[in-house]
Amino acid sequence: MTTQTISDIAQAEQGTSLWKDAWLRLRKNHLAVFGLVLLVLFVIIAVLTPWIAPYSYQAQNLELGASPPSAAHWLGTDIFGRDLMTQIMYGGRISLAVGFVATAVALLIGVTWGAVAGYVGGRADAVMMRLVDILYALPFMIFIVLLTVVFGRNMLLLFLAIGAVEWLTMARIMRGQVQSLRQQEFVEAAISLGLSPATLIRRHLVPNALGPIIVYTTLTIPNVMLLEAFLSFLGLGIQPPQTSWGLLISYGAETMEEFPWLLIFPGVALTLTLFSLNFLGDGLRDALDVRGAKD
Amino acid sequence: MSLLEVQDLAVSFVTRNGTNTAVDGISFGVELGKITAIIGESGSGKSVACYSLLGLVPMPPGRIDGGRALFEGRDLLQLGESELRKIRGRDIAMIFQDPMTCLNPYMTIGKQLMEPLLYHHKVTGEVARARALELLEEVGIRDPESTIDNFPHQFSGGMRQRVMIAMALINEPKLLIADEPTTALDVTIQAQILKLIAELQHKRDIGVIFISHDLAVVADIADQIVVMKQGKIVETGNREGIFHNAQHPYTKKLLAAIPTDSKQARPGTVEPLIRVQNLCTWFEQGKGKEPVKAVNNVSFDINRGEVLGLVGESGSGKSTIGRSILRLVHVTSGQVMFDGTDVTALHGGELKHMRRRMQMIFQDPFASLNPRMTVYDTLAEPLLLHGIEDRKSVAQGVLKLMDDVGLARAFVRKYPHEFSGGQRQRIAIGRALATRPEFIVADEPVSALDVTIQAQILDLMQQLGREYGLTMLFVSHDLAVVRHLADRILVLYKGEVVEQGTGTELFESPQQAYTQRLLQSIPGRSLHA
Amino acid sequence: MWRFISLRLLQAIPVILVVITVTFFLVRIAPGGPFDSEKAVTREVKAALETQYKLNLPLFQQYTAYLGDLAHGDLGPSFKYPGRSVNELIAAGFPVTAELGFYALLVALCIGGLAGIIAALRPNTAQDYVPMSLAMIGICMPSFLLGPLLVLIFGIHLDWLPVSGWGDIPGDKILPAITLGAGYAAYIARLGRAGMLEVLSQDYIRTARAKGLPEWQVVLKHSLRGGLIPVVAFLGPAFAGLLAGSFVVETIFQIPGLGRFYVQAAFNRDYTMILGTTVFLSVLIVLFNLLSDILAAWMNPRLRAQFGNN
Repeated sequence: MTTQTISDIAQAEQGTSLWKDAWLRLRKNHLAVFGLVLLVLFVIIAVLTPWIAPYSYQAQNLELGASPPSAAHWLGTDIFGRDLMTQIMYGGRISLAVGFVATAVALLIGVTWGAVAGYVGGRADAVMMRLVDILYALPFMIFIVLLTVVFGRNMLLLFLAIGAVEWLTMARIMRGQVQSLRQQEFVEAAISLGLSPATLIRRHLVPNALGPIIVYTTLTIPNVMLLEAFLSFLGLGIQPPQTSWGLLISYGAETMEEFPWLLIFPGVALTLTLFSLNFLGDGLRDALDVRGAKD
Repeated sequence: MSLLEVQDLAVSFVTRNGTNTAVDGISFGVELGKITAIIGESGSGKSVACYSLLGLVPMPPGRIDGGRALFEGRDLLQLGESELRKIRGRDIAMIFQDPMTCLNPYMTIGKQLMEPLLYHHKVTGEVARARALELLEEVGIRDPESTIDNFPHQFSGGMRQRVMIAMALINEPKLLIADEPTTALDVTIQAQILKLIAELQHKRDIGVIFISHDLAVVADIADQIVVMKQGKIVETGNREGIFHNAQHPYTKKLLAAIPTDSKQARPGTVEPLIRVQNLCTWFEQGKGKEPVKAVNNVSFDINRGEVLGLVGESGSGKSTIGRSILRLVHVTSGQVMFDGTDVTALHGGELKHMRRRMQMIFQDPFASLNPRMTVYDTLAEPLLLHGIEDRKSVAQGVLKLMDDVGLARAFVRKYPHEFSGGQRQRIAIGRALATRPEFIVADEPVSALDVTIQAQILDLMQQLGREYGLTMLFVSHDLAVVRHLADRILVLYKGEVVEQGTGTELFESPQQAYTQRLLQSIPGRSLHA
Repeated sequence: MWRFISLRLLQAIPVILVVITVTFFLVRIAPGGPFDSEKAVTREVKAALETQYKLNLPLFQQYTAYLGDLAHGDLGPSFKYPGRSVNELIAAGFPVTAELGFYALLVALCIGGLAGIIAALRPNTAQDYVPMSLAMIGICMPSFLLGPLLVLIFGIHLDWLPVSGWGDIPGDKILPAITLGAGYAAYIARLGRAGMLEVLSQDYIRTARAKGLPEWQVVLKHSLRGGLIPVVAFLGPAFAGLLAGSFVVETIFQIPGLGRFYVQAAFNRDYTMILGTTVFLSVLIVLFNLLSDILAAWMNPRLRAQFGNN
């Protein structure tokens, strides 16, 4: 390489990639930034809970019973005298974990399924997407209730069951992406250059399909968390001694007339998290200019 | 007294990034019984100017900064929305570019046709329907009685544009604004629609504003021509004056961009590089349906060093032929011999090696570049893939390509969205040349570009074709461009070859009826006379 | 069109069969029989009970027997409520759930649809932000939180509305319907807004304006149909969600509907009841999905013609 070449390249102005462009746009969206900050905060708290929780998870104080917020217990205590803030922090660990893990399951299955169907096309695609259509028509909520009845109530099952519902949409989106990308002229150009399928996928398909996937993933997490809370509320999800926000809300709802804080604080925690994720998801969609990725 | 007198009209758009002046103080007039053409490239403000007269520019972000537009003694720019509404569709009507999207897909054409009449004149449904039938007949819709209750998707593009015209004329407006009404149509359809507009205008003796990017299109019909560039009018004149005595350099440049010549016959060897034999590319439609025979039993040769033009309207299979040769679509049957090797039988490494020898330039410069790769990455990919340059020398190879296609070296780390259409097409050409191919398929490489840019890119392609010693298949719907560029021309119709010959042969003595019809449809024939 | 409908109906049959089969075997392989918890039951009584409920037969015969009964519309007896059939329980609970669901859907469509349209007419103004912020709250506030909160505010604090029951005191249907419908109203508002915005940016809307039509006609005659197709297509999934949501809402407000029966059956391991209700609800959901698909296709003349011609 001649020195002339080196200096020419070095002097060339760095362009703005679409990712950078999207990031600049996202930064201007105050709600999305708010959502991102809050989310990161919640995740950090959830990770650090065992070390920073004000009280031990099991610690009861039956004499105290349910008490409203105070200096010793910022968010009050429940009927067993347990610190509500500690409960919410531990509950948050579970709720967030379910949200992230089940979404990851859905992501993995859905993206793989959709990408293969879209890339291979033809008969395989028809069969694979027909299956998705059939599963779509199944009443999954009812199935999940059924599953928890049959197999008892354990977390792993919950992950799998929820993940199994949510992957369908992911697969549809991914397939749509791959299909429309395959018809793009730059992909044809890449094929006519003689790129191997692996390189084609890695360099040309994945980076361009990533935007919608990111957006949809962000919007799937709150759905999953809602589902978990829904099941826990019915007593079919997370079981004591573990707890989750849905379970705490369910307890709170039972005693809300006397002890409204037991309903309100877990409710606020859940709602705020869902807000954050939805704001972030909407913001990402606008920033990445993803159209039609669920509204 | 003009029908419409626009004076010092200025329109701008206020966005977060500042104020853009779209129309910068323009003045022109439209006479009753005359067609005034407004010519300009994209961004010249020609459409915005006309839309703003009718209050069809969304405000905000649009803003009228000043001027007057006197229509029958009233200043349109001063009218309130409800008064303007009474003029829109009654005294001034519009037709638009893309007939595929301009009709409501959820309503029958009859309902849409009757709407302006019912709204502005409060006639009964029966009267409106009778009038709608009359107009459908007049614009050349066959059997209006049975088609009036059809939905838009049941009509072809040309027919939809006829419906649009009928809808615009149903209230007998005094002024018709036609915004690129033929740009989305095939050339033979374009000729029919142009003729129809001219006839109806003449019969009704109304004023017409005809907005177009293409001087050739208006050459046969315009009485008065207004040339716009970047929001300003650079020249105004009658047809004679503009076409034969243009004053402004920009107008001259636009005129020069209309190719009118035939390429000189190429002397030298006749040695086929490519032999296409009985090529069939059919697309399956699903069970029980006839496959679409996009390319049906086509045979031709391309000689080494030759530019072969492939001409046809949409659905003629011209793009599919190019893609079949490059193995971008599945070939149903037939052979494509490239330098003695059957391309359709190659696999794996052999195919990869063959791909190096033939490349493609695509139509849409916005879709043909990976939006997430810099120019450097885009150009380096083929160089490295085929071992033309190694890691050390690749940067030099990239810069050489940029020099060749006329892109500044300083752009090397930019992304596609930071370039104009013409620049992107240069990048795409650079990518195609990177593998040092012997053969290039150029699929409508300039049809998405502005006319002056078209001329630049065509020049570049010709020059590089000579330098790199390329053989080229040039696919286009534009006969004039093909004639200018190609040594020989193949005319396609519905997947089959109708006629072939040199440009001079075809243009001077076309043998087949379809070729003759195609040639008669070329806009601006009066220019050649 | 008929071809489309019959094709979709045919496709629905295997789905329903899969539901029945999977549910049946899932319930049967569940650990613990239905009579295990009743300590007082002697072995003889248990055997008699199992004979009565055909539990002594081989599994596959139980399955075919169940399918046979199902073909006659018989969902079998309830394990937990001796002497009552699942049919009777569904007949008692479903009308209540259906009524609740209907009101909730009404709330969702009227409020959500209107909010979506209003927001789309003036995007990025207060007229957009206010309803869309409310919709965002609706999406982030699940029914099992909204319900208790509404009860707390309107039932207990303000004492305006009854806090539980169904059809006992005037006004006791308001809070459940709002609780169940709010989330879907929010969803429909967002869908409707996106759909309307998409349509309003189309070229044919410009054509309509160029005709001189007033804005309300542009919206009503030219935009509404296309803009609301996504909402109509969403009605199927919404219906399924409403049914599941009724589990929660009926529990919160102590409404004697099918949802509450279902949750109770789930806790009591009342297998025939779970099985019967799942089959019933599934068939309902599949049919409703079908209906909303057909309706959405019907609204699109292109699709309609495509299926009408052959």
